[in-house]
Amino acid sequence: MLTTEEFELNMGPQHPSTHGVLRMVLKMDGERVVSCEPIVGYLHRSIEKMAENRTFAQVIPVTDRLDYCTSMTSNYVYVMAVEALADITPPARGEYIRVIMTELNRIASHLLWYGTFCLEIGATTPFLYAFADREKVLDLFEMASGARLLYNFIRIGGVGREVSQKFLDKMMTFLDGWEPRIPMYEALLDENPIFYNRTKGVGYLSQEKAKHYGVSGPNIRASGIAMDVRKDAPFAAYSDLDFDIPVFQEGDVFARYRARMEEMRQSARILRQCFDKIPGGPSSIPLNYRIKIPEGETYQHIESARGDIGCYLVSRGGDMPWRCKFRTPSFVHIQIFRDLLPGVLIPDIMAICASFDIVLPETDR
Amino acid sequence: MALKLEQIRDRLRARFPEHIIVEDLNNMAALVIPQEIYHDVVWFLKSDEELDFDYLEFETCADHPPDLLAFVCYLRSLGHGHRIALKINLDRNQPSLPSLADLYANADWNEREIFDLFGVIFHNHPDLRRLMMPEDWTGHPLRKDYLHPNVVKRPD
Repeated sequence: MLTTEEFELNMGPQHPSTHGVLRMVLKMDGERVVSCEPIVGYLHRSIEKMAENRTFAQVIPVTDRLDYCTSMTSNYVYVMAVEALADITPPARGEYIRVIMTELNRIASHLLWYGTFCLEIGATTPFLYAFADREKVLDLFEMASGARLLYNFIRIGGVGREVSQKFLDKMMTFLDGWEPRIPMYEALLDENPIFYNRTKGVGYLSQEKAKHYGVSGPNIRASGIAMDVRKDAPFAAYSDLDFDIPVFQEGDVFARYRARMEEMRQSARILRQCFDKIPGGPSSIPLNYRIKIPEGETYQHIESARGDIGCYLVSRGGDMPWRCKFRTPSFVHIQIFRDLLPGVLIPDIMAICASFDIVLPETDR
Repeated sequence: MALKLEQIRDRLRARFPEHIIVEDLNNMAALVIPQEIYHDVVWFLKSDEELDFDYLEFETCADHPPDLLAFVCYLRSLGHGHRIALKINLDRNQPSLPSLADLYANADWNEREIFDLFGVIFHNHPDLRRLMMPEDWTGHPLRKDYLHPNVVKRPD
């Protein structure tokens, strides 16, 4: 009889499928994973320590670097925490612009996810389509904020710049051209038997496990739990807007893919309503640059493209945060690989990792 | 049914009558509880059907020298929709707490991070190692008195 031996395999830190520098120490029995130990920290830039040595306004550009695919939401959650402590309410137009930026960023992030997810399971064509369309969203951001990736756009008391009617019109032109393409995206994958076999029933995450691990965002909604901060605790203008939360029961890679595709449709729906409802008037309150925040502590959270992102902020009455902690969704999602990966084949590792849409900068902070 | 903070506080007081459980003056959502009943309180919050705190958002600390290290953990109930923050004032010189890793799976890395950056020892933790910093690092970077040549203080 031939006896086989378990061996250790290092995946990463420089592996193209790990979206950054995630290292996974896999114990393998032939092609099957026996155990998995994710190791993070290679991208630790001590953002929380840096925040303690900057004024409240100076922290905003640092939060951009948390999750480079949805910088707007990281800006936003930090600003929301500062505003909650200082008791500042931005004007209604500012709230709408924030919603527009958050949802556009969600579309950009899901398109990026769609492209890389397909690459990882071996389909190259969808990637090209997705990036061509993401480019149009980035053009919109460039028009509004001047930057394509790290915006520093959402500021304390409002937004960095007023958006013009031209921007809103261009956004509608983009939506009109892009929304009919979602069925095309889906047709590229759904009707493909290879894709179907690679994703259906792979990486099953049960409801209990999702709760136990604290999973959030599209990942938990693909496991049958309707949890979305936009509905549970509506922030900004979300209470005035009409949208659904797509929930899927299967909990596998395919369901997570479906959840994100439906979410893009809902984002487009929200954006169209914003275009109709956006009020006039000022978009931000003029504030002192070195604003002093009263003593207190707060935790605010919003729904980013990846899940529930939160900011725990402690102020002791000065012009710098005393403690600034970010609760990031990817930090939670990476832990779950220890549980999901044992028993799967090597090619499925990529499919499962990609389906969780992890981003390492926000894990390591 | 979502419970208010006062209702949760009253339930905890009824369950742990010999301990002091009060609201936090700085944080609207928090209860300050004594260190020795921390694990029992969380277990009770999770297992009681009407409280049903089944979701751990995060745990973290804030350093207040010279002698206070404020630990906080945010819990949430997905079914009922209520949330709570538990706050514990730790001794800054020898901070230690029981681990929640047996109740919530994501407590594992949260506690490793706190151990790494603040130096809190978690008892009964399955694998208490540094998470962000290299293994041979000395000191706990998020403490206020941490000194490193690369950390430059902003001039006043």
